[in-house]
Amino acid sequence: MIRFIVSRIVQGIIVIFAVITITFTLSKMVPGGAVRNERFITEEARKAQDEYYGLNKPWIVQLGLQFKHYATLDLPESYHYKGRGVDEIIASGFPISAAVGGAALLIALAVGVPLGAYAALRPNTLEDRTSTVAATLGICTPSMVLGPLIALLFGLKLRWFNASGWFDASDWVLPALTLGIIYSAYIARLTRGSLRETLAQEFIRTARAKGASESSVVFLHAMKLACLPVLNFLGPAAAGLLTGSFIVETVFQLPGLGQFFISAATNGDHQLTIAISVFYAALIVSFNLLVDILQAALNPRIRLQA
Amino acid sequence: MRQRMNAWALWFLVVLVLLCGAGPELSPYDQSQQNLELKAANPSTAHWLGTDPLGRDMLTRILHGGRVSLEVGLLATAVASIIGVLYGMTAGLAGGRMDAAMMRIVDILYAFPFINFVILLMAIVGREFWLIFVAIGAVEWLTMARVVRGQVLALKNLEFIIAARACGAGFWHIVWKHLLPNVMGPVIIYASLTVPGVMLLEAALSFLGLGIQPPDASWGVLIQEGARSVESYPWLLIYPGIFFSTTLLALNLLGDGLRDAFDPKSMSQQ
Repeated sequence: MIRFIVSRIVQGIIVIFAVITITFTLSKMVPGGAVRNERFITEEARKAQDEYYGLNKPWIVQLGLQFKHYATLDLPESYHYKGRGVDEIIASGFPISAAVGGAALLIALAVGVPLGAYAALRPNTLEDRTSTVAATLGICTPSMVLGPLIALLFGLKLRWFNASGWFDASDWVLPALTLGIIYSAYIARLTRGSLRETLAQEFIRTARAKGASESSVVFLHAMKLACLPVLNFLGPAAAGLLTGSFIVETVFQLPGLGQFFISAATNGDHQLTIAISVFYAALIVSFNLLVDILQAALNPRIRLQA
Repeated sequence: MRQRMNAWALWFLVVLVLLCGAGPELSPYDQSQQNLELKAANPSTAHWLGTDPLGRDMLTRILHGGRVSLEVGLLATAVASIIGVLYGMTAGLAGGRMDAAMMRIVDILYAFPFINFVILLMAIVGREFWLIFVAIGAVEWLTMARVVRGQVLALKNLEFIIAARACGAGFWHIVWKHLLPNVMGPVIIYASLTVPGVMLLEAALSFLGLGIQPPDASWGVLIQEGARSVESYPWLLIYPGIFFSTTLLALNLLGDGLRDAFDPKSMSQQ
């Protein structure tokens, strides 16, 4: 177990340095380049900037400089937002993305798992068919279609929430709803399939044979195993919520991390581009690790191997 | 019930491909032809789905956009499949340490924030059409590589391969005539399940202004234009949205149907 965690952390560090290398190389190729994009800049100021960011040094030295920043956690300033460290910018954007993504995940689990379980317990009935059709439709509705429609209905027509922006305490609701509905559809489908499969297994028959009540069979015995595929899905889902966050942050005009990334990538703000990519990678690595540990805790047949 | 749905999905896709292929040519309008006297018109006999705020015929634009979206979907899936098959077969055939190292690399790649790389790539090369599907294909091959490698590992020690080798068949003969045909089933199934995901990614990029550029249209571009004017003209979002969602639904049903047909064990419904 300890060996497993250590090896995964080592793997995570490899990922992060690979991400720095790739993002750095790619963002160097964005036409224009950051400092060059600014129109009103004197020759001296430009030189001072090149010095600070190491832009006058060869590529490999600059890459080494990036490695050093992250190895020593001494993060550089953004090119574009002068005087603000990249970590400050992430600290200002991430809470918004996290609030929306976290709420979306909770909505998805709270709707998806019961819906899927309900359908699985009544196979081939009208309820089962209806919820399966609803789930399939949910999967096929892209967030960029659902988002504006939700904004139109609850924001512009009913006026329950702001249609865009991040001003009121309730502004997370509509974007989280958009992502939550879509992910609850995936989770419902997964739960239904895996619960049905689990209920057909031998150990469920054994549990019934020894006289366990139906509710304990379903909730204590079957659900524990049936939620493994759902758990497994949460790793990629976290990455998907990041992707989704690019869309919903655009639709609802939230100043989240996704928006910062898009503007940094198109402005050639290398420092911020790298920092946000590294942050995402670290997030995905930790999420996957957490999912693996939880899986081993829930399923006695899984042994973690380094 | 299920088979009927799958047949329906197949027919829908055939009709859609024909419409998107021939529709823009048959239409009396050009997809980018503006008509400022008919801005955001309601559906009529002349414009079956109305016009957008620049007076362009919506149906023509949707069919043209569908052609672009389907092209990106298929080409990107082809790129992803080729990379995935080559990588997976190499790993599976090599076996041992080479295989372990190659699969460890895939594990590591799974943790990459690929969407960031794709966005960066789009920022670099100025949204070229060919780059979109190369970029998407280059990030979507991981699962394909795993599928193919698993299949090759399962196949390579079966009797018929050993028999072929005993008969003096060369390495490439075995790969071409025996392994590849047997790997194609899972590859086709997985590829058909990749297409909708790829189309979604293209739409997301175009929606963010990083993919297909107006006045050219893909469904992502149309949805983005519709989303901008959703308050005044919601149908400009709803029409392309319906086309896109139905297509994704049909592709998903088709993929599930293929999987059930090839692999009875994974039947999702008895």
